Amino acid sequence: MVKALSAKEVAKRAVEGKMFILDVRNESDFKDWKIEGKGIESINRPYFDLIEGVEDVLEHLPKKEVLVVCAKEGSSVMVAEMLDEAGIKDVYYLEGGMNAWSEYLLPVKIGDLKDGGSIYQFNRIGKGCLSYLVESNGEAAIIDSARAIGAYEDFAKEKNIEIKHMIDTHLHTDHISGGRRLAEKTNATYWLPPKDAEEVTFSYEALEEGKDITIGNTKIEIQPLYTPGHTIGSTSMIVDGQYLLSGDILFVDSIGRPDLAGKAEDWVSDLRDSLYNKYTSLSKDLVVLPAHFGKISELDEKGAVQAPLGELFEKNEGLKIESDDEFRKAVTENLPPQPNAYQEIRQTNMGKIDPTSDEQREMEIGPNRCAITE
Amino acid sequence: MNVKQTLDTKGLSCPMPIVKTKKAMDGLASGDILEVLATDKGAVNDLSAWSKSSGHKLLDHKEEEGVFKFWIKKG
Repeated sequence: MVKALSAKEVAKRAVEGKMFILDVRNESDFKDWKIEGKGIESINRPYFDLIEGVEDVLEHLPKKEVLVVCAKEGSSVMVAEMLDEAGIKDVYYLEGGMNAWSEYLLPVKIGDLKDGGSIYQFNRIGKGCLSYLVESNGEAAIIDSARAIGAYEDFAKEKNIEIKHMIDTHLHTDHISGGRRLAEKTNATYWLPPKDAEEVTFSYEALEEGKDITIGNTKIEIQPLYTPGHTIGSTSMIVDGQYLLSGDILFVDSIGRPDLAGKAEDWVSDLRDSLYNKYTSLSKDLVVLPAHFGKISELDEKGAVQAPLGELFEKNEGLKIESDDEFRKAVTENLPPQPNAYQEIRQTNMGKIDPTSDEQREMEIGPNRCAITE
Repeated sequence: MNVKQTLDTKGLSCPMPIVKTKKAMDGLASGDILEVLATDKGAVNDLSAWSKSSGHKLLDHKEEEGVFKFWIKKG
């Protein structure tokens, strides 16, 4: 009997356990994007090469505990059943396939806030997207929400908190924001930096310096800080004087790329100024919480991605480039490929197009690719 | 194009379009052309990769009103 394994269970094993994966998608899809994790070992053999039989692949598999993965589920069930018949013990297939993997959010508590309340990171491990929930006294703000908003809704319900603010640090190019939709559902305020919102088709509250956002009666302040460069509106948030939500400007291992809205050359100096002037004037003790990770090695043992700002000034190569010219080259030349469907994703986030949910899922396939390095 | 046989896999999802294509292909002679109709988006990448790995030639494919059409020549 083959068994289904949920994306949640796979995430757990990717962070702290072990799993051997037989990925049966075609070779190009596997090369482009796959399940990764400290405990994950994987090989690729397309399902259409296994229709006749699985004998050839058996020698490359362990005798027990194999997870078969495909795009949507169907092919993995077929191959899993064949492996089971061939005598492998405990054969699983990934429920919902890579679609489900791409959407799963792992909530990790980052820490407590000074006057009560806490901050959580929701790690979309399959795509490298990080979003945040700040809660205090029964109220919550969610920053850089993923498209699949169910995880936040469930979390809020379970903790009995009311979602009051949905905030996007910038107009996203790699994923479709759930911010506006969840704000509509919960009667929350949707915040967006005005310079990224010039073409949007909906109303929003302007996320600007000087407009602190307060959560709960205990006044947990979220303070916006204008840090353009990845987009012209990109805004960082300082939460409770402790955490720096750096959006797509600064990551743990890399820095944001300025080219996804088509204005790389124009925004290089903004990006440089944000990272080398604005960020250097902040407290080095701030804990940087970025909107993405690039490599699975950035995850700590709980699955969280974070680092003190001071440490990043020492370790992050993107913060140690001395000359302006070298910096310009680093952020405009030899960049990784763009995120899948990034133009359409921007249009969707501006409200200009309204794809079906299947189309939206399709648009978001693959890694985030928002950093200058992969 | 001189199509020997048309296989309709509309409405079927992965892996069925390829499983059926393979079966149909087994009944054809080398050089025969099989036309495949599919609605599963994944079929586009998978059929071309499968054709390559199994020695057939994907001559052409196109999309018409949500239906993908493929012409594969048996190797």
